[in-house]
Amino acid sequence: MSISIYDARLLLTGLLTTLALAVVGCGAGFLCGFAVAICRTTRAHGMAPLRAALYGYCLLFRRVPFLVTLFLVFFVSQSVNADLPTFAVALLTLCLIATAYLSEIIRGGLESVHSGQWQAARALNFSYWQALRYVIVPQAWRVIVPPAVGFFVMFIKDTALASQIGVMELTSAGKVLGNKGLPSMLVYGMILLLYFVISYPLTRLGKHAERKLAVTRNR
Amino acid sequence: MPLLEIVDLKASFGSHAVLEDFSMSVDEGAIVSLIGPSGSGKSTLLRVLMGLLPIDRGSVRMNGRVVDYADKAALHALRAEIAIVFQQYNLFQNMTVIDNVMITPTRIRRWPRKDVERHAMQLLTRVGLADRLRAYPDELSGGQQQRVAIARALALKPKILFLDEITAALDPELVGEVLETIRELSSDGITMLIVSHEMGFVRKLSSKVVFMAQGRIVETGTPQQIFDAPLEARTRDFVGKILRH
Repeated sequence: MSISIYDARLLLTGLLTTLALAVVGCGAGFLCGFAVAICRTTRAHGMAPLRAALYGYCLLFRRVPFLVTLFLVFFVSQSVNADLPTFAVALLTLCLIATAYLSEIIRGGLESVHSGQWQAARALNFSYWQALRYVIVPQAWRVIVPPAVGFFVMFIKDTALASQIGVMELTSAGKVLGNKGLPSMLVYGMILLLYFVISYPLTRLGKHAERKLAVTRNR
Repeated sequence: MPLLEIVDLKASFGSHAVLEDFSMSVDEGAIVSLIGPSGSGKSTLLRVLMGLLPIDRGSVRMNGRVVDYADKAALHALRAEIAIVFQQYNLFQNMTVIDNVMITPTRIRRWPRKDVERHAMQLLTRVGLADRLRAYPDELSGGQQQRVAIARALALKPKILFLDEITAALDPELVGEVLETIRELSSDGITMLIVSHEMGFVRKLSSKVVFMAQGRIVETGTPQQIFDAPLEARTRDFVGKILRH
């Protein structure tokens, strides 16, 4: 039995779905993670309740298994009759998790910048945002990028869990093709290759970013 | 009228008072030095004046106007008139020498770039670093970094320059070049408030020396008075110890 056009299309759909989950999850997770990290580095009293809430969120979602979060979002969305497609449920879950992890990585980066840099910026009349933009964030990149790329690579693999709630992503597509009677070795061999094709360029990109950011010194 | 006037200032870390009953003034063009044992509150005073640490009581006047540290606009206006050079230089590590000097005038003050650049070049030439414009701070020696920090402070055309133990973190052989830079600047008549342990430097340069201990002023006078004929036993003790080695 050979691979039909239909099979190839299923595989392609799976690939694109996995890609969409990974890209949107990483992208939204990074942006939201940045916002969370910045909120958590503020010192203003008015921000204290928000800081506490975000602390609780990060604390919780980094300790719950991915699958549990996925089911949680799935059943919550069902119980409130949100009627979300499973793809949206998976995407929402991925964003929740990526934000929690990445915000910790980014916060670590921001806090790695020596306090003297903040002090100098304040003494020179930089506002909080100006200090972040011109001084703190540029120095934090070097500390943020390597673990963030590591997280992305891990995260791409974890999108396979979306198959558990019936999202037709790469792993699901493999399962379907296997059930149809295609040789499992061939099917999962291709799946493996496709995951590699998605994640390897990211690693290269990460290395490139690290090299570029190496001029941004830090002590 | 003094440029900077401090009246009955009190500041504390928690319940521990680090400055108390502190009153002094700095006249325009004067070079005032604060000396005293470690932990006497010298650096704290500079930080309090910059609004980096809170005040419990007392007042600070700049140009005759009382500074309201709770008011953001007033704090901004104050920091626009004071520039500080830190013991640890605190140059922005992600910027080259020239960017360190130019960022605040161009990005924060929004002064015209051309003028800022000309002034920055003048200053860097003056501190002897015109050939290191594109270097990053960690490619420079401590003494060079501190000279860049001095140029960065002066690029803001401050009314008063604070020097916070600017040679304390330097290797002994680099102290001279930084002090020489300050000595050279002092001939411009720029007002300075200096915290230093370099007694020879303080003695030669200062118009007024304030000796403090445990957050209070013990004695104020000319360098001659403080170093040669101190009135207080505490001052005599400190100066004697310092000059003995």
